[in-house]
Amino acid sequence: MLTKRIIACLDVDGGRVVKGVQFENLRDAGDPAELAKAHSASGADEIVLLDISAAHERRATLLDTVRRAARQLFIPFTVGGGIRTLEDAAAVFSAGADKISINSAALADPTVITRIAERFGSQAVVVAIDAKRSEDSSHWEAFTLGGRESSGRDAIAWAQEAEDCGAGEILLTSMDRDGTGSGFDCELTRTVADSVRIPVIASGGAGGAKHFVEVFREGHADAALAASIFHYGFSRLADLKREIGSQGIPVRWPC
Amino acid sequence: MIAIVDYGAGNLVSVKKALDWLGQEFAITSAPADVAKASKIVLPGVGHFASTAALARSGLQDAIANAIEIGTPFLGICVGMQWMFERSQESRETSGLGLLQGECERFPASVKSPHVGWNQLEVNPSSRLLRGVPSASFVYFTHSFRAPVAETMVACCEYGGRFSAAVERDHVFGVQFHPEKSGEIGLKILNNFCGL
Repeated sequence: MLTKRIIACLDVDGGRVVKGVQFENLRDAGDPAELAKAHSASGADEIVLLDISAAHERRATLLDTVRRAARQLFIPFTVGGGIRTLEDAAAVFSAGADKISINSAALADPTVITRIAERFGSQAVVVAIDAKRSEDSSHWEAFTLGGRESSGRDAIAWAQEAEDCGAGEILLTSMDRDGTGSGFDCELTRTVADSVRIPVIASGGAGGAKHFVEVFREGHADAALAASIFHYGFSRLADLKREIGSQGIPVRWPC
Repeated sequence: MIAIVDYGAGNLVSVKKALDWLGQEFAITSAPADVAKASKIVLPGVGHFASTAALARSGLQDAIANAIEIGTPFLGICVGMQWMFERSQESRETSGLGLLQGECERFPASVKSPHVGWNQLEVNPSSRLLRGVPSASFVYFTHSFRAPVAETMVACCEYGGRFSAAVERDHVFGVQFHPEKSGEIGLKILNNFCGL
């Protein structure tokens, strides 16, 4: 049976893993290559590395970090942050990424999704959407530039357009829940997951096993991503997967 | 020397990295002459079935067919495996190698597509490629089309119905999943192939 994926995310700034609460107040959490390998060994189904500083400082993704992390990883490896063009993507792929994640640049010009998908395949293109509930709570807006500006676009409509442009997966982050540990936004996740045919990765708000069970069951997520809960010994990935599996969710365990 | 065939489709880095890890000697090549003298051939593939049309145009298809004919072990991965069949619904105008009978088909509308993630294998224990890989092992898939259940199937997977996850006939092998992305189990499968 196809299992639900548990993805460990490394938010990287200046070559170090950091994790902020609601995108601010960053703390240092270690070496990306070491952490990626450790997460893989303890049962992560996939690793995502996001260069969180890249979008607003407009600097290239840390290719060296990608290369070091990729060398010892034999599970899928996604890299995002600051990828604007086909050439940026190609450089990340040749450093060892299997997929790229693209956000602001895709909002600015959705055809970049198509260009990368035509060259590397849709399976290699993840469109990341940072979604925030609108002030009147009527819908979710897609944010750009690392969550600093609203694109003015409806997150659901954007997910559908991204799929039409050739995205292979949607990485959906709830900005309202990110870093809070209060649980994924199941309503947001379900609305997006039911509106597209491609897999949706839920992100933002993981605090414990029950949140993963909820987002798979009620949020219809295909995968769920977390960062901070894995980094400070808060929750061992292996224990987390066992717990999720024991509640009837198919997971890759033992692996 | 193992030849990893580069026909301009997708990303070969992860296959290269896995063979490096296993300590194998290999060359990434798009030259038919290199394929002809290779000790083994790996045909990776990500992306669209139509991209395999480049194999026929460049002479690589003939080189691969001849090498298989003289007994060179061959491993097709993902689209590389699908290409071993006659054709695919993904691109009607592109012919496969036709080494195996049948047509690759779309997933039914009842399941999400692409099929992305870790799924389990039901393994035929007589497989040489999957030696030491127990049934129910997890491997990583990412594909929108699938090979039919074939006589040569040595591992089956279930997603919107059963399909061939691995095929094997004599020294010719194909895997729909990505062994280079499937952790320890995947490395074992690649190592089995390298050790043939």
